[in-house]
Amino acid sequence: MEFLNTNLPYILAGISVGGQYALIAIGYTMVYGILRLINFAHGDIFMVAGFAMVYLSASLPLYISIPMTIIITVVLGFAVERMAYRPLRTAPRMSIMISAIGVSYLLQNCAWYITSGLAKQYPTIPWISESISIGTATTKIVTVITPVLTLVLVIALVILIKYTKIGMAMRAMAKDFETSRLMGVKINSVISFTFIIGSFLAAIGSLLYFTNYATVTPIAGAMPGLKAFVAAVFGGIGSIPGAVIGAFIIGICENVIKMFGWTTFSDAFTFALLIIILVAKPTGLFGEKSTDKV
Amino acid sequence: MMLKISDLKVNYGGIEAVKGISFTVPEKSIVTLIGANGAGKSTTLRTIAGLVKPQSGKIEFLGEDITGKGVEDIVSRNITMVPEGRKIFPDLTVLENLKIGAYLRKDDITDDLNYVFDLFPRLKERTWQHGGTLSGGEQQMLAVGRALMSRPKLMMMDEPSLGLAPLVVRNIFEIIQEINKQGVTILLIEQNANMALKVADIGYVLETGRITLSGTGQELLANEGVKAAYLGT
Repeated sequence: MEFLNTNLPYILAGISVGGQYALIAIGYTMVYGILRLINFAHGDIFMVAGFAMVYLSASLPLYISIPMTIIITVVLGFAVERMAYRPLRTAPRMSIMISAIGVSYLLQNCAWYITSGLAKQYPTIPWISESISIGTATTKIVTVITPVLTLVLVIALVILIKYTKIGMAMRAMAKDFETSRLMGVKINSVISFTFIIGSFLAAIGSLLYFTNYATVTPIAGAMPGLKAFVAAVFGGIGSIPGAVIGAFIIGICENVIKMFGWTTFSDAFTFALLIIILVAKPTGLFGEKSTDKV
Repeated sequence: MMLKISDLKVNYGGIEAVKGISFTVPEKSIVTLIGANGAGKSTTLRTIAGLVKPQSGKIEFLGEDITGKGVEDIVSRNITMVPEGRKIFPDLTVLENLKIGAYLRKDDITDDLNYVFDLFPRLKERTWQHGGTLSGGEQQMLAVGRALMSRPKLMMMDEPSLGLAPLVVRNIFEIIQEINKQGVTILLIEQNANMALKVADIGYVLETGRITLSGTGQELLANEGVKAAYLGT
């Protein structure tokens, strides 16, 4: 009991950060599932969502700036696909990957330019920033809200993919573009829709994540983006449940490491874990046997 | 005339796969293109379906020029294709595979589902099974059923007999004739020339991108050249 009392904050933080990684990881895994593209810019879209909130909330009330932030992020995700990936649809896969890296640095550099590289204070969102006591642990309400909200959104997404027409088209396209087109599926619209969902979840993730960490910097997207990507690979890239479970495992492990006082090694541990898992099971926890299209 | 192809030339993979062919598909008929591997049969179908853009020539469907139109446009004109190798969606259930065939339709599809299940009772027993778990013959039935769900005017079929047991092939061809009787025009390409010519009203022989012979199915079956080259008799 004593052990639990001292360590509960770390476990709660782990679950919470796992939920935030999950919301980002879904964007990676869905885009990969359909396009076989690792969208390196996804972490930076998450970062832009952070800054959008900083600048919008400076002059607008929260009930406007929060929806606006979500809309801006979604539009950005849509625009990135439209301008940087779609023209390369028939190009070799490596070209589109390089384009994604380019977009990533473009967004980071723009953010440096606009902010002069200074960390910006993230606005305080009332209620979810308040403190709450769970047992002996005191934490912010956002810590408790995050896993719940994540699970609700994931369930909604799974239902969308399993039971709607566009979800069916997404599953069909994940296997075979050409035959999907022969069925009349407008593949470009479905791809845009995928980016919109990914960016929407990243925007929600950024609200939760930055409320927790309080500042945004131009490289703030890099580490959570990378961790979320690791989570997606860990869970088996292309699989949504895989990405979510992977994200929670990574979030929790990383904080358990901190609990033992090895904070310095928490990132190193995440990547070591990835290497071990991939050596043991190259396709990840829920990965398909072959990820290449026939 | 339902489909009229005039002097169609298509480059595919850097070579001229189709070198100026012309043929017609009358309404409610079964027309077949036969020929060896690499003769340009698949390229011709893929071009009509809008998957490949032609170099020159003209494709007319019901009097309208559809040359170079996109797949979405072609599909919305009730032209459907049963692709080579069936290409059913392995992760979708049998029912979903049929539903996605009706992707562009907004009306009720219950009647069409029942029609497909009447044609292929085997599929009805397996609606909840994943497409990938079906046998080759069942997958071919599913591919045909999926195509029918769009209520096609023209159904193009790319090698439906490929890799199937003779008994299953016979069954598929009976179904093709049955579908045709219901008023669906069929453009069929086949290496199994014997089967194809037996059901076809009109046949064309394609050799290295050119049509070298044409006639009714019966005429071609009796033709000495066709016999020697494609029927192995």
